[in-house]
Amino acid sequence: MLDRNGIAKRIAQELQDGWYVNLGIGIPTLIANHVPQGLSVEFQSENGILGMGPFPYEGDEDADLINAGKQTITALAGAAIFDSSTSFAMIRGGHIQLTVLGAMQVSQSGDIANWKIPGKMVKGMGGAMDLVASSDNIIVAMTHTNRKGQSKLLSQCTLPLTGVKCVKKIVTNLAVIEIREGKFHLLEVAPGVTVDQVKEATEGDLVISNTVSEMIL
Amino acid sequence: MNKVVKSATEALQGVKDEMTLMLGGFGLCGIPENSITELVKLNVSGLTCISNNAGVDDFGLGLLLQKKQIKKMISSYVGENAEFERQMLNGELEVDLIPQGSLAARCYAGGAGIPAFFTPAGYGTEVAEGKEVREFDGKPHILEHALSADFAIVKAWKGDRHGNLIYKGTARNFNPVMAMAGKITVAEVEILVEPGELDPNAIHTPGIFVQRIFQGSNYEKRIEQLTTTPKEA
Repeated sequence: MLDRNGIAKRIAQELQDGWYVNLGIGIPTLIANHVPQGLSVEFQSENGILGMGPFPYEGDEDADLINAGKQTITALAGAAIFDSSTSFAMIRGGHIQLTVLGAMQVSQSGDIANWKIPGKMVKGMGGAMDLVASSDNIIVAMTHTNRKGQSKLLSQCTLPLTGVKCVKKIVTNLAVIEIREGKFHLLEVAPGVTVDQVKEATEGDLVISNTVSEMIL
Repeated sequence: MNKVVKSATEALQGVKDEMTLMLGGFGLCGIPENSITELVKLNVSGLTCISNNAGVDDFGLGLLLQKKQIKKMISSYVGENAEFERQMLNGELEVDLIPQGSLAARCYAGGAGIPAFFTPAGYGTEVAEGKEVREFDGKPHILEHALSADFAIVKAWKGDRHGNLIYKGTARNFNPVMAMAGKITVAEVEILVEPGELDPNAIHTPGIFVQRIFQGSNYEKRIEQLTTTPKEA
């Protein structure tokens, strides 16, 4: 079973040279720490920066330089800063090659829910609805089940949706799963995890081919 | 042109109960701190506030929420404010949560004379309820309307008396689009300079969008999530 960093590390393997990538808050943020050697990838943060760098050294933090998670960051050489409207022109105009975000639920048709639990929790969608509506390449990074042990990979989402038919791939602590033709397709299992464990943790339809492999991290 | 006013008090003259205000900032980054303090003092109420976030419990727009001065919030993300969540879940606060890109585009549209536009963001979700849907290139889009405000209140790094503004770092965020969409736009700046001192090539908000500008003071610039890399020994 993978921890949060393991999930991030596996998703980092999906990165390609020259890509502009938007990372959501939580597990996706960790992906920046696992970019494979030799790849040139630039991270966009929707509050208005391309070329986001690592956290500043203690004492060097600047309140005027943060990421979308409100964390203090640095700008790499060659970074660009812009307003929210330009930022979302990048996102909505399809200029971002990969979007990685967290989710509370994903359905087998690719619907995603990650912004609201009616009556209990309302944080808002932030940029997530824009990202999922306009990106062709969306990977969800999340745990396979919630804190109560319930599956987050469902035949249908029960929470208010963030977007419809948009998620293409999910990387969880248990597996790598692709969504196509309205079903979950198991591609890889995490080290030490069995196909049966993934089946049990998946409420929606899960197609298991005979080519399922173990993740190489 | 001289749009300089002496203080936040003078800049916000004319703000009344039940008005709609836009306030720049992302989280606590780039928020008009001096003007928010002044709004608390003015004790205006029944406000509709358009701002990406709602501050934290004891800073930013959280200060107006504490005093129940806000009737309605139009935002994209409010996760950092427990008082906000409490007022919303209790039905004390009207809330319109909208996708962040739609928020930016709706402010821009309000400033640019575009009454409405179609976007795929939010299609198939609660956000689309009651909105016209139209297909373009086989993909469904929803109709979103422009936003405007009685007062747009922004914060810049530098400005001159013509109202030309330059922002610093990611404190730029929503400030430029909101500056465009106010009937009266108020800019507070860290450094007020004479015309000619700002490079015309570097202006982010041209002065035409700004009606009042003042030199701010005592910026706290609170950091929400201090994250650092330890220095190697």
